[in-house]
Amino acid sequence: MKLAYYPGCTLKNHARNFDDTTVASMARLGVEVRELERWNCCGTVHGLASDNLMQRAAPVTNLIRVKESGAGEFMTGCAMCYNTLKRANQHMRKDAAALATLNDFLSLEETQYAGDVDVFHLLEFLRDRVGFDKLAAAVTKPLKGLRVACYYGCMLVRPREVAFDDSESPAIMENLIAALGATPVPFALKAECCGAYHAVGRPEIVADRTDKIMGSALAHAADIVIVSCPLCAHNLDHKQVEAKKHHPDFHGLPVLYFTQLMAIALGCDDAAQHFELHHVDPRPLLTDRGLA
Amino acid sequence: MTTTIRLSAARLSSPFVRQVEKISGQKLLACYQCGKCSAGCPMAPHMDMLPNQIIRLAQLGMEEKLLASNAIWICVSCMTCNTRCPKDVRIAEVIEAIRATVLRTNARNDRLASADFLPETLAALPPIALIAGLRKLTS
Repeated sequence: MKLAYYPGCTLKNHARNFDDTTVASMARLGVEVRELERWNCCGTVHGLASDNLMQRAAPVTNLIRVKESGAGEFMTGCAMCYNTLKRANQHMRKDAAALATLNDFLSLEETQYAGDVDVFHLLEFLRDRVGFDKLAAAVTKPLKGLRVACYYGCMLVRPREVAFDDSESPAIMENLIAALGATPVPFALKAECCGAYHAVGRPEIVADRTDKIMGSALAHAADIVIVSCPLCAHNLDHKQVEAKKHHPDFHGLPVLYFTQLMAIALGCDDAAQHFELHHVDPRPLLTDRGLA
Repeated sequence: MTTTIRLSAARLSSPFVRQVEKISGQKLLACYQCGKCSAGCPMAPHMDMLPNQIIRLAQLGMEEKLLASNAIWICVSCMTCNTRCPKDVRIAEVIEAIRATVLRTNARNDRLASADFLPETLAALPPIALIAGLRKLTS
């Protein structure tokens, strides 16, 4: 099976681990992930002003690139890219006037957009197209005894029209983790915002969020937290320094992308893991559990 | 502390109220002030007024108070309020519209300037954080 793939900007630098473990683990599942030959920034956030169509130009250009690649659907793993691309697509599908304006604006493009590309998140693709039973059957190194807190953040589950699971109490990542042989733990704050782009100008807000979210994961004795968003990863992992500064009793945990756990369980080469990109090095824990 | 708020019919249908409703695509008077948005808001502890109070002041056309608040810049559009509102008011869109009202003037009221950061601070930040911040907090 071949699958068109939109990695997104951060997966090419700070989140190389997310990119490489996505490609490696999907290969183990018989899915050839093919990165689009051309793509651009998705815009990162879905513009909420109803009168500003300009913010649709970046995501729609990517949808055109998918079409030009010959694919009718594509996958992305980044939660923010998914949200922005999916929402722009939904907007284009339901608002013919906006679509016409966008196509006029993008008149130098060789391809017109017609709402004819489907956007998938990797988790959704794994559940609905690959199947968690098939994933479980492909596991060569079960993650026995590893207690995992699955963090969804905002963009996978809100707003409801883009969510592929329950907005308040999603379980798709827990089901995936269980298929890998690990133990998902209850996690009250799994869909509460990490502070997002306040990482730039208001790090103390992110420190507060990171402290609370990690506390919620630790309350059920999690060993690690997994994410699907490079901004959540930055805030929950790299901003632990800030969290400790503002909350002296702060305790942190390693933060991994869910694809990193897949890559371990499916026996992929460690070269894809890029553990050097992590703030809290997960290797001591993984070694202790016989997983690295 | 006593706060005096002067209301008038003119304020309720002011150009500001019309603009917020137009940009946000929301009917402000649909809100009946149940407070559910504020109850679930993860950013509320950092705000100088709560999301339901923002909606109330917008209903009443209290432009000056809203434009001067820090809360409109603290909201990160996590969409928790939108998902939970029993009246389907999209609070995040209303707050975006109020931010737009500030950012669209020619006063350059940007709330983030990359020139303010040390090169090493910028290098440590992933593009996803910088671009999201710039799109939400600058004109």
